[in-house]
Amino acid sequence: MRIHQKTSYDDDLNLFKDRYQAFWYLALIVGAVLLPFVIDSYYIGEVVLVLIWAIAGMGLMILAGHTGQASLGHAAFLACGAYMEAWLNNKGVSFLISFPLAGLFAGVVGAVIAIPALRMSGIYLAIATLAMGIVAEDVIVLAEPFTGGVSGTFVGAINLPGLEIDRYANPSAFYWLCLFVTILVAFAYANLLRSSTGRAFVAIRDSEVSAKAMGISIARFKTLAFFLSCFVTGLAGALMGHFLGAFNYEAFLITVSIQMLLMIVVGGMGSIHGAFFGAMVVGFLPQIITLIRQQVSTNAVAGLDTGIFAAILVAIIILEPRGLYGQWMKTRIWFELFPLARRDMFRRHKSYLKTERLK
Amino acid sequence: MEIAQLLLGGISVGCVYGLVALGFVLIYKATESVNFAQGDLMMLGAFVTLQFANTAYWGMPFWLGMLMAVIVMAVIGYLMEALVIRRLFGQPQFAVVILTIAIGFVLRFIAGFIWGHEPLTLETPFTGKNMTIGGLAVSLDEIFIIATTIVLTLVLYLFFARTKLGVAMQASSQNQLAAYYMGVPVKRIHGLVWALSGGISTIAGVLFAARGSIDPNLGLLGIKAFAAAVIGGFGSLPGALAGGLIVGIVEPFAGRYIAAGYSQIMPYAIMLLVLVLRPNGLFAQVQSKKV
Repeated sequence: MRIHQKTSYDDDLNLFKDRYQAFWYLALIVGAVLLPFVIDSYYIGEVVLVLIWAIAGMGLMILAGHTGQASLGHAAFLACGAYMEAWLNNKGVSFLISFPLAGLFAGVVGAVIAIPALRMSGIYLAIATLAMGIVAEDVIVLAEPFTGGVSGTFVGAINLPGLEIDRYANPSAFYWLCLFVTILVAFAYANLLRSSTGRAFVAIRDSEVSAKAMGISIARFKTLAFFLSCFVTGLAGALMGHFLGAFNYEAFLITVSIQMLLMIVVGGMGSIHGAFFGAMVVGFLPQIITLIRQQVSTNAVAGLDTGIFAAILVAIIILEPRGLYGQWMKTRIWFELFPLARRDMFRRHKSYLKTERLK
Repeated sequence: MEIAQLLLGGISVGCVYGLVALGFVLIYKATESVNFAQGDLMMLGAFVTLQFANTAYWGMPFWLGMLMAVIVMAVIGYLMEALVIRRLFGQPQFAVVILTIAIGFVLRFIAGFIWGHEPLTLETPFTGKNMTIGGLAVSLDEIFIIATTIVLTLVLYLFFARTKLGVAMQASSQNQLAAYYMGVPVKRIHGLVWALSGGISTIAGVLFAARGSIDPNLGLLGIKAFAAAVIGGFGSLPGALAGGLIVGIVEPFAGRYIAAGYSQIMPYAIMLLVLVLRPNGLFAQVQSKKV
C-alpha cells in the first residue's frame, strides 16, 4: 500500500504523480527501445502497426475522448496524411519537412470541416462525420492526379538526412522512428491536458453551457480540437502510408473510421492510456484469434476477427464503460489500497435518461 | 417517359430507405437512442425470411414466411432492448451509438456464418414479372414495394393515433418522466418499440430483397437511410418516409444526369447540406436549455 500525499497545488499538474510512476514510465520506454533486439522482424512489424494505431487513436481521443465530439469519419484524415506524405515523398522532399506538412494538411482540412461541425452536436455530428467519411472515399478516387485514383499510389523509403529508412530493409529503424513519434505525441498530449487549453476541452465535453459561462469560446476551442486531432491523425496516416508501401482508397474505408472509434472505446474513453490499450487489442487480437482457431479447426471462418472484436466491445460497454483502462485502474487501486478497497467504490450512479434534445 | 421511369424506380427504392429510416426514427423518438444497427436488422430480417420461404431452406409459402420472419425479428428486437440496450439506460447517447455499431458487426458476422457471404436471392411470387402501363415498364415487385409501404404507413398511423399502446409510446417519447407518473410502463414500452422497429425493418428487408440479391453487407445500406432520416428531421415519422423518398428519387436521377463518380455522393451531399443549414435536421427537435 502506497500513500501519495499532495503537498502543493502544483501536485495536480505534475506530469507524473511521484517518482515511482516516473520510474515505471521510463522503464517502459527503455523496454520499448530495446524491443527489436529481443523479438524478430515479423513481430516488429506487428508492433509498429500497434504504435501507428496508437498515434491515430490518440488523435481521435483528443476529439472524441476529451472534447466530446464523436467523429465517425476519421479515416479521411488518416488518408489526408498518407496521400500528402506519399505525394511529397515522391517529389523527393525530405521526411523532416514532408512529415509535419502531412500532419498540417490533415489538420487544416479538419479545421475547415470543423466550421460546419461547430453547429452540430451529439448524434448529428456523428452522422455528419459518417457521411463525410463516405464522401471522402469517393473524393480520393476522383482526385486522381494527386492520389492515383482507384489503382492507388506508391510511397518510397523515408529519406532523412544521411539515412534512408525502408520498412522492409531496416525494420528496426522504422520501428524506432514510429516509437519516437509515438512518445513525442503522447508527451505533447499529456502536456496539452495539463494546460488551460486541455481543461477547456474537457469543460466543453462535460457541459457546453457551463463552459460558455466560464468564458470559454466554444467555437475557437472546438476548431482547435479538430485541428489538433486531425493533425495527429494525419501524422499517423503518413506513417501508415510508409508502413503499407502501396495503398489506395481501400485502406481508408468508412469501416476503418468506425474501427478507430471502437478501438478507443475498448481502450477507455478520455485517457491517453486508452488509445494504447485499444491499439493493442486491434493489433494483437487477430493474431491471437488465428492462433486459437488453428488449435480448434483448420478451416478459416470469414469475418471471425471483426465478429469477436465486436462481441468483446459489446461486453466492455455493458460491463465496463471506461474500457480496458478503467479495468486496469480498478485493479491497481484495489492493490494500492489493499486491504481497504471496498466493492462499492466504483458503483455507477443510476440516473434517468438524459435527453439530448435539450442542449 | 424516361423521367417517369426513373421516378418510379426511385420511389420504390425510396420506400425501402424510408422504412429503414422509419425504424430508427421510431427508436430515437421513443428511447432517445440511435440504433446504428438498423441496417443490419433489415439485413437479418431479409435472411430470416429467406430461411423460412426459400425452397432450398424451409420452403414455406412466401406470405407465411414473411409473417413468421416479422414475428421472429420482433422478438429479436425486443430481446436486444431487454438484454443489452436497457443496461445502458441513463448513460450518454454516445455509448448506445457505439454499442449498436458493435451489435451491427456481430449481426453481420452471424448472418455471414449461417448463410455465407455469397449473394442469395429471395424467392418472391413476383420476381421478374413485368407489365407495361401506358408505355411505362412496371415490374410487379415495384408495385409490391409501393403498395406495402402505403399499407404499412396507414397501419402505423392508425396504431399511433387509435390504440392505447400507440398513445403510450407517444407519451413516453414526449416526456419520459411524466409518462412514468401517468403509469406508463416505460421500460416495457421501450422493448416494444424495438420489437416494432425490428418488424418494420424486416418488411423493409423483404422489400429490398424483392428487387435483387442480399448478402451480409446489405446493412451498410442503413447509412443511406440515415441520410433519409436526417433530411426528414430525426424526430418525425412522416419526415423519415419523405426523406427516404427524396434520397431514393435523387439517386437514379443523379446516376443518369451527373458524371459517374460524382453521382453516388449526391445523397450524402444533400444530407450534409441539410445538416450545415439546419444543424438539427429540417424539423428540429433540439431546444436550448432554459435556465
